[in-house]
Amino acid sequence: MTISRQAFLRLSGLSFLAAAGRRTMRAFETIGVRRTRWGMAVDVRRCGQLDGCTKCIDACRHAHNVPVIPDPRHDVRWIWKDSLEHVLGDRNLQYSSVSKLPMMVLCNHCDNPPCVRVCPTQATWKREDGIVAMDWHRCIGCRYCMAACPYGSRSFNWVDPRPYIQSPTPDYPTRTKGVVEKCTFCAERTAAGRPPACVEACPEKALTFGNLADPASPIRQLLASRNHVSRKPELATRPNVFYIL
Amino acid sequence: MRDRPVIYIGLLLFLTFATMPFWYDLAGAVSTKGPQQKLPANEKACVAAVAFMKSSHMKLLLDMRQQAVRQGNLTYAGINGKTYPISLSNTCLKQCHGAKADFCDRCHDFAGVSPTCWKCHLDPGQPAPTAIARSPR
Repeated sequence: MTISRQAFLRLSGLSFLAAAGRRTMRAFETIGVRRTRWGMAVDVRRCGQLDGCTKCIDACRHAHNVPVIPDPRHDVRWIWKDSLEHVLGDRNLQYSSVSKLPMMVLCNHCDNPPCVRVCPTQATWKREDGIVAMDWHRCIGCRYCMAACPYGSRSFNWVDPRPYIQSPTPDYPTRTKGVVEKCTFCAERTAAGRPPACVEACPEKALTFGNLADPASPIRQLLASRNHVSRKPELATRPNVFYIL
Repeated sequence: MRDRPVIYIGLLLFLTFATMPFWYDLAGAVSTKGPQQKLPANEKACVAAVAFMKSSHMKLLLDMRQQAVRQGNLTYAGINGKTYPISLSNTCLKQCHGAKADFCDRCHDFAGVSPTCWKCHLDPGQPAPTAIARSPR
């Protein structure tokens, strides 16, 4: 079979074009809504409606075998309550009715997570869907991440947590002495298309979980309509947990 | 020359003890039973060939762990064409092998190895850890 020089050049030019076109199409696909960036919005006023409610905390403890250790020095926390002063440290709100309400605190799953940068074993890393995940198999317990996290979202297991697990579940492993743990945005539940345990448990529907990369998602709609803040924006960690005041 | 029996008995004893490891090994090959594992009652096939699982299950488990934790891919395609959710406690044990004491431990005890899996992963054969009201230390 013979092929003229002109035909060869024309054919190779066309195939290059086709390949480039395909790659461009694929790039557009990843830019679109298919990207996932999990985030959470905490409606502080709704959350404060039920006095002394700990349903989200209890649900989280049950879902992940989080221990309840009486000694505050050994405390392990994934989601907990704190005062507005501690969470936002904002004097502008000191006379607001919000300032008396408890605020739910959890890992912010930052876009620029300092904990990930310092981890020497890459036991904690940023997943493509935005979750700052943990691999407890790899954690060597150096606690650099705890020093790096400006929000105190990480806890160290100073003692064996197993005796302190109050409502254990067989579906999730426990941790062992000597590793750091924190909220994982319920990665095992989001993989199955379910919302995190705390969001599901909240009787006031004060917690909204969703894809921040999708402008049509309920969380984006909510944030578009309400004033919200995130913690310590001056540190440029870019948290994905927002507080609606 | 009256000491001859004593010398011979001593020599015999010395030889017996000096060659003990060889005797021990020979006796072990004929008399010792291997670990007696309890095989799953309702499952006939594992996710990989039995010979492979015997020699390399630890490698397979590490690969599965890497795949599930690091890549977020929570299903594993077995050689029999079935797919399994990756979970040491819920799939490997609860779905097939039952309690770890009946399967894992029997071989691990025999081989004298103690993997650290169970410091975190729960054994379905054991009751879940319960809270003990302990005063803070």
